[in-house]
Amino acid sequence: MLSSRPAPNRHVGLVGWARENLFSTWLNSILTFLSVFVIGFVVIEVVPWIIQSSWTATSLNECRAAIIEAYGEGTHGACWAVIRERYLQLLYGFYPSDAYWRPNLALVLMLIAIAPILYPVLPRKMLLFSAVYPLLGIWLLWGGSLWTMISILLGFAIGYILMAASSRAFGTLTGLITATLGIIIYWIFAAVPLSELLQSIFPRLWLEPVESARFGGFMLSTTIGVTGIVSSLPLGILLALGRKSDLLIVKAICIGFIEFIRGVPLITLLFVASTLLNIFLPPGTNFDLILRVIIMVTLFSAAYLAEVVRGGLASLPRGQFEAADALGLDYWKSMRLVVLPQALKVSIPGIVSSFIALFKDTTLVSIIGLLDPLGLTNSIRADADWNGIIWELYVFVALIFFVFCFAMSRYSMYLERKLKTSHD
Amino acid sequence: MRLKSLIAATTVVGLSAGMSVAATLDDVKAKGFIQCGVNTGLVGFAAPDADGKWDGFDVDYCRALAAAIFGDPDAVKFTPTTGKTRFTALASGEIDVLARNTTWTFSRDVDLKFTFVGINYYDGQGFMTHESLGINSATELDGATVCIQTGTTTELNLADYFRANGMSYEPVPIETNAEAREQFFAEACDVYTTDRSGLAATRATAEDPNALVVLPEIISKEPLGPLVRHGDDQWADIARWVLNALIIAEEKGITQANAKSMMGSTNDPEVARLLGTEGEYGAMIGLSADWALHAIEARGNYGEIFDRHIGPDTAIALQRGENALYTEGGLLYAPPFR
Repeated sequence: MLSSRPAPNRHVGLVGWARENLFSTWLNSILTFLSVFVIGFVVIEVVPWIIQSSWTATSLNECRAAIIEAYGEGTHGACWAVIRERYLQLLYGFYPSDAYWRPNLALVLMLIAIAPILYPVLPRKMLLFSAVYPLLGIWLLWGGSLWTMISILLGFAIGYILMAASSRAFGTLTGLITATLGIIIYWIFAAVPLSELLQSIFPRLWLEPVESARFGGFMLSTTIGVTGIVSSLPLGILLALGRKSDLLIVKAICIGFIEFIRGVPLITLLFVASTLLNIFLPPGTNFDLILRVIIMVTLFSAAYLAEVVRGGLASLPRGQFEAADALGLDYWKSMRLVVLPQALKVSIPGIVSSFIALFKDTTLVSIIGLLDPLGLTNSIRADADWNGIIWELYVFVALIFFVFCFAMSRYSMYLERKLKTSHD
Repeated sequence: MRLKSLIAATTVVGLSAGMSVAATLDDVKAKGFIQCGVNTGLVGFAAPDADGKWDGFDVDYCRALAAAIFGDPDAVKFTPTTGKTRFTALASGEIDVLARNTTWTFSRDVDLKFTFVGINYYDGQGFMTHESLGINSATELDGATVCIQTGTTTELNLADYFRANGMSYEPVPIETNAEAREQFFAEACDVYTTDRSGLAATRATAEDPNALVVLPEIISKEPLGPLVRHGDDQWADIARWVLNALIIAEEKGITQANAKSMMGSTNDPEVARLLGTEGEYGAMIGLSADWALHAIEARGNYGEIFDRHIGPDTAIALQRGENALYTEGGLLYAPPFR
C-alpha cells in the first residue's frame, strides 16, 4: 500500500487557495485583476489623503500651508484639524459643556435600560428600571425638577390602582376607562401643583434646564432616533394587530393611518411639524420643536413597522391562532404568548432595517433648521476659517453613523441566531 | 437663499391672518430676550463658533437690536432657519425678527405680509469663472455650462439674462453651495452663478483664488435686509431705527469705542439726539433714552460690523461698493434723526 503523500504544492497553501478562489476560471481571473486594480487605485488615492494631513491648524489655509510644508508642494491632504476643533460640537451640538456628563450618563443608562430587553438572560427585575428610564432620560437631558417626572410617574401608579380596583368591581372595560380618565384628570389638575410642592420641600433634585435649541449633533440624532425607535415598536405592533382585527372601526382606523402615513414622505411630515403645527396651535403655546419632530418620526416609523409585523403575522400558519384559541386563551394572552413571539421572530430583520432607516432618516431634520450632524457640517463651513471643508466632515459623520448602524445590524444577527429554532 | 416656499408660506399667512398680533415689544420685554431668525450657516453672515456662540453680519444686527431694548447684546436667542422654514417661523411668531440675508421683493412684502425694515446689504447675482477660460465679460458666456442652485430666483434671473442677450447655456443643477463649490472646482461647469457675496466667499476657499475670476456684470438686484411681521408698527419702527442708528453712527463717526465719550463731548445736535442727551426720542419709540448708544456699543457701527465679518480684511474680502455710505459713493442713506 502506498503511504499518503502531501498534496501537490499548487493545491495547498496560499497558491492553492488563490487558484481555488481567485483564478478558478478565466472570468474569475479577469474579475480578480479588475478588483485588485480598483482596490489598489482607491488605496493609492485615498490613503495618502488620510495620512498626509494636518491635525493642529486653526483654519483651512493654515492646514494647506502645514501640509505643503510637511509633505512637499502639490500634496493634498485631509484637514482633520476641523474635527479636532469641532468634534464636541458634532457630538453634543450646543449643549452646555459643563453638562456633557448628562447626555453621557443618559446614554450609559439607556444601554443599561435596554440590556434586559435585548438579552433575556439578564434578571427580569431590571425591566423595572427600563420602565422608569424614559422619564429619567428626559430629566437628564432637559433638566428641571426630578419631582415633575416623579409626579408624572405617580399618574401611572394611580391608574394601576384604579384599574385594579374598578375592574374587579365593574369589569375590564370599565376599569380601563376609569383608569385612563383618572390618569388624565390627575395629570391635568394635580401633577403640576404636586411637583411644585415637592420641589419646594426638597429642592435638591434639580438640574439646570437646557432648552431644546441647544440640542444638536449626534446627541440630537440619538435622542430623536432612540425615542422614535422605542416608541414606534409598541405602536407598530398595535397597529399591525389592529389591522388584522375583526373590529370594524379599529381596523378601518389602523388601515387609514398606516396607508396615509406610508403614502406621505417623511420630509412632508417634518414640514408639518415645523411649520403648520405652529399655525394651528394657539399663539404663545411653546410646543417644543424636537418633541414635535419626535412625534412625527415615531408615527412615520410605526406605520412601516406595522406592515413589517403584519408580514410576520401573515407568515404564521392559521393553526397557531386556532391552537391558542383552543387553549382557552383570551385575545391578548394568545397574542402575547403564542402569536407575537413567533411573528416578531420572523420580522426581526425587517424591524431592524426599519430602525436603521429611522436612525439615518433623522438627518432629514437639517432641512427644517435643526442642527443634526449634517446640518452642523453646513454651520461649521459657514465659519470663515473652515469654509471649503467638505470631505473631512462627511467622513467623520459617516464613520459615527456606521458604528451605530453596524452595531444594530450585528445585534439583529445575534438575535436571529439565538432565536433560531428550525434545524435546516 | 432666495428660495421661495411661496405656496406654503402664503397658506400659512392666510391662516394666521385672523390671529391678532399683540404688541411685540411688550412680549419681548416680558420674556427678557428677542428671538432672532438667522441662517443655519452662511459665511460672514451667520455661523456658530466652536462654543456655539453665533456670530456674523446678520447676527450682529440682532445683537444691536437686543442691546437697544435691553442694554445687553446677549439678550437674544438665535433660531437657525432654512430657506424653507424662515417665513413660517416669522409668520407664526416663533421668531420676533428675521435677519437672514433675505431679498426684499414685492411679493414678500405685500403678499406674505412682512415688513422689511431696511436694507443692510446690497447684493446682486454675478458670475464666477475659471481664469484659464479667458472670459472677461458675461456677454461671452454663450454655450457655457452653468452651475446653478435649483428652485431659487437665481435660476430665473439666469434664464432671463441669457434670453435677453440671445445666448444659450447648459445648466448643471445643484442643491447646496458646498456642492456647487465641488462641481465648479472640479471644472464640471464653466461658470458658477449666485450672489456676489457668496461668490466671493467661495472664491476665498480656493487653493489658488487668482485662478478664478468674478465677472463684472451684476444681473439682478438683491437688497437684503431684516424683516418683521405686518401689523405691529411700533416693533417695525424699533427694528428699522436700530438699523438706521448703526448707519447714522458710521456717518457721524460714532464707533463702539468712542460712543460713550462722544455722548458728553459732541457739539453735533444730531449726534446728541441719537445718543439720547437731547430730546425725548427714546420715549417716543418706547425705549430708554440711550437705546441707540447701547445699540452702537454692542458691536459697533455699520462700518465696523461690515469690516469685522465681510470687509476687505476678512477671508471673504468684500469691498464696500454699493454698501458704502452715500457720502462715499454708495447707497447707504439713513433718514435724518430728528
